[in-house]
Amino acid sequence: MSKSKKINSQSYYRVSLAILKKNRLAMFCLGIVIALVLIAVFAPWLTPYDPNLNDVRNRFKGPSWEHPFGTDEYGRDILTRIFYGCRISLSVGIVSQLLASLLGYFIGVFAGYYGGRVDSVLSFLIQVFSSFPFLLFAIAVMFILGPGLMNLYIALGLLGWTSTARLIRGEVMRLKNSEYIQACIVGGGSGWRIIMKHLLPNCVPTLIITITMGIPRAILSEASLSFLGLGVSPPTASWGAMISHAQPYIRKFAYYSLFPGFAIIICVLAFNILGDGLRDALDPKLRS
Amino acid sequence: MVNFLVRRVLQALGVILAISLITFFILNIVPGDPVQIMLGDLATPETVAQVRAQMGLDKPVWLQYLNWAGNMLRGDFGSSYFQHRPVMELLLVSFGYTIRLASFSYLLAVTIGLAFGILAAVFHNKWVDKVLMVLAVGGISAPNFWVAIILQIVFGLTLKWFPISGAKDFSYYVLPAIALGTRYAASIARITRNSMLEVSKQDYMRTAEAKGLRDWLIVMRHAFRNALIPVITVAGTDLGNILTGSMLIESVFQISGIGKLMVDAIGQRDLPLVQGGVMYIAFICVVIYLIVDILYAVVDPRIRLGGGTRSE
Repeated sequence: MSKSKKINSQSYYRVSLAILKKNRLAMFCLGIVIALVLIAVFAPWLTPYDPNLNDVRNRFKGPSWEHPFGTDEYGRDILTRIFYGCRISLSVGIVSQLLASLLGYFIGVFAGYYGGRVDSVLSFLIQVFSSFPFLLFAIAVMFILGPGLMNLYIALGLLGWTSTARLIRGEVMRLKNSEYIQACIVGGGSGWRIIMKHLLPNCVPTLIITITMGIPRAILSEASLSFLGLGVSPPTASWGAMISHAQPYIRKFAYYSLFPGFAIIICVLAFNILGDGLRDALDPKLRS
Repeated sequence: MVNFLVRRVLQALGVILAISLITFFILNIVPGDPVQIMLGDLATPETVAQVRAQMGLDKPVWLQYLNWAGNMLRGDFGSSYFQHRPVMELLLVSFGYTIRLASFSYLLAVTIGLAFGILAAVFHNKWVDKVLMVLAVGGISAPNFWVAIILQIVFGLTLKWFPISGAKDFSYYVLPAIALGTRYAASIARITRNSMLEVSKQDYMRTAEAKGLRDWLIVMRHAFRNALIPVITVAGTDLGNILTGSMLIESVFQISGIGKLMVDAIGQRDLPLVQGGVMYIAFICVVIYLIVDILYAVVDPRIRLGGGTRSE
């Protein structure tokens, strides 16, 4: 008796969490993500060096006990700069994706809920923004705004909403015909109330997935922009910019370009696999 | 079908118009006066004003747009501020390099992607599948400019198999094509595998097996053909991304394609060249997406009859 009651009381999210917990690879990646967040937060305590302080006598020191990843062209500790670069990558990924999801949710929900002419206009907007290669657009926007962390949030946030909007629109068009939404409409619930109180909670799983999948894409875009000199301004450490600075020295100091690249791969890989795991756990259709 | 074609072409034209508006107005609020940059700090205000008038930069913005759009329709993208040659000419010359690089890497991405995807699906949950999928996730996670540098270090500098900069003959394209194609090979492999697995649950697959067809015939004729629909979408979108992705790869390998032209133009704030380049790439992408949608409708009758498009 008590056992069957327990099963009935399992909520959607509890079941999802249980599925996710069984996925060992995804849990391992969740661990990596948490570790990266801790590194970003506690960077100053993890290393005795200043990431931006030049030390000309120590230029291009190979990996050693004092400098596990060696030093760069200004004698700065590469490991330290990777720790600090983690701050840029994670914050750009997270902030820009929160912004993008906010935009994507409202554009998608308005298009899906109101339909008709509103939908035509918004769908056309989605179409326009997605016919533009993302990186090209980001380059154009960063070209105008100039380098800087804030501008990266804005550029990647303002451009990354299309896939979220498209998914939410589809989701809402399906939900709109469900009985409980129809009941709300008949009961005289206002559009805004239905959007915020009834549609939003049902779209949360989709939003969790698009945010987790969007973060690695934003991190890669930030790296590409920084590589082109359109990201954060020097001397701030960013993984993409470090690879760009290492490029002239690949003949003699190949290790310099290796480490920031590994940092990007580990970070992006962890988010990608975690995203796959979350999708498998949250999408009822994928549950077996 | 005709109805679908007409609607889709009109939509593409609208998108191009919107993109041209966005490009023009966005790039018109760029800080830094291009005339001042072009003439240098020593120019007198009179000279600056004169050159501005000559280039039509003193007219209202909307008039400038109409002029620019009108010229663009005639294939005239204006002249580069610094290279003093028509933008269209510069774009066409460099496009040769970009199209070669893009087609090599696209060919690579599609072949490897489809092969790996089919293999992984056939050996579902076996070690082949697991190894290939780990490689694929790694492939979509690695930044292409970093892969490019690693390829330069390993195959260019250490093994000395391929040249690492310039674009004189085919051997110069090998490393850039791999660097650019890896990511898309990986994404095509993932979608092919998932789509094949989806299809393999269908009843007609069991029927084909029950009929005693040979394995490869089942895989190729029954599974693969039906699994192609999502693959076409991804492969089409990737072609557009390869064109932009080539910007970074061309910079790393010093290939004077559109990407490098654009990166240099951005550094010099060469407005007509940036505008022309963005429009050119965007135009090509819109055309590619249009072709993908039409292909999509040809492959899947539900779309041309139901009136949906790729985005729905």
